[in-house]
Formats: sequence, structure tokens, C-alpha cells
Amino acid sequence: MKEVKKQGGLNAEIQSRIGHQLRAMYDDVVRQGVPDRFAELIRKLDGPEAAAAAVAGGDTDKNNGGD
Amino acid sequence: MPLTNELRDDILASVPSLRAFAISLSGNGDRADDLVQETLLRAIANIDSFQPGSNLPAWLFTILRNLFRSDYRKRRREVEDAEGNYAKTLKSQPSQAAHLEFEEFRTALEKLPQDQREALILVGASGFSYEDAAAICGCAVGTIKSRVNRARSKLSALLYVDSAEDFGPDNTVRAVIGGNGG
Repeated sequence: MKEVKKQGGLNAEIQSRIGHQLRAMYDDVVRQGVPDRFAELIRKLDGPEAAAAAVAGGDTDKNNGGD
Repeated sequence: MPLTNELRDDILASVPSLRAFAISLSGNGDRADDLVQETLLRAIANIDSFQPGSNLPAWLFTILRNLFRSDYRKRRREVEDAEGNYAKTLKSQPSQAAHLEFEEFRTALEKLPQDQREALILVGASGFSYEDAAAICGCAVGTIKSRVNRARSKLSALLYVDSAEDFGPDNTVRAVIGGNGG
């Protein structure tokens, strides 16, 4: 029986490994920075109307006549 | 508020973490970037409804999360093709052993119910408070806490322990939450 280890230490250790791996996975992507396509996209859009048109253009089932 | 240059910069600054969130949710780099693109378009299209001074990353994450959920429902049946896709999004390939452990972790993460996975990522990786995570997911703070707890118990069961039932989720939870002053 290994109940002693399971209660405290191992448990906390496992949880810290999970936290570490989760952040490692996430930060790997964060470190890639901003891909050019997104920087360009945001630079190109003049304002809400242009973005709404792009949303509507990319997906025809969207309602673009809202507000 | 109007789309000022400052706001553009702030939106752009959120892109790296939006991508990380999208990839963690979908397990697929290409789909994740489509999700981010649509999030940015919708955010700017609805920029008038953003309250100046409120939490911009949380607002953007909310949009992305809602898009993912509607997208996910549509594509439910073709979701199981993620094998290897995540690794492709990485710039540097980890070492063999680290890679195996990483794959194992990613696979375990994908086995979690969606509610639990997103709660865990928001709190454990994106660094949102429980309150912000609750706002993003449109649920109560207590619900987020219990989802995070269940996610962590389940991950430890999948990854490290053959019989996780031996220790109650409450213990697991306490150890984890302790470090997170949220």
C-alpha cells in the first residue's frame, strides 16, 4: 500500500507538473509572437464596417445588417 | 469605443495568447488561426460595444470561446484528426523524451470534457482570475473552480496515477488552488 505518499507530497508534485506542462504548452505558442497575417489584417481594417464586411464576406450565413 | 491606433496595438498584443488559447482548445493549429482571424474581425466589427477601461483580453477571449463552441458543434464529427497537428505549430521541436511526455499530456488534455478543458486553460495557463474566467465562460465563479478542480484530478489520473479514486478531488484541489492567489 502506498497511501502515505499519495496523500500529500506526490499529489502536490503531480499538480505542479501538470501546471508546468500546461504553461509550457501554452507559452510555446505565445512565444511565436504575432504572425504577419494578423498584423496586416488589423492594419488594413479601417474600422468596424470593414471588419463586418469581411466577416460577412467570409461566411455567407451571417447576418450583416444588424445595427 | 472607436478603433484608435492604441486599441489596435492592444488587440494585436493579445494575438499571441489568443492563438495559444485557440490551439489548446482545438488541438489544431490551422483551425486555431482561422478562429483567431474570425475573432479579430468580429471584435473590430463590434468595437463600439467594448467598454473603454474594461478587460480587453477577457473580451477577446470571450468572442473566441463563443466562436469555438459554435464551430465545435458544427464539426463535432471530424474532430478526431488532431494527431500531430499540434506539434507542427511549434517552432522548435522538443527532444524525443520531452516530446513523448508532451504528446501524452496533449492527448490527456483532449480527453477532458470541453467545459473542464477551457476552465483549466484559462486559469492555469492564460492566467485569468477565476472571476474573469467565469465571465468569459458565462458561468458562476464556483462553477469555474469546480471545473478546474475536476480537470486537474482527471489529468493526474490519466497521466500519473492508476487509481486516482484513492485520493479525493478535494485534496487535489486544495493543493492546486493554494498556489493561485486569484
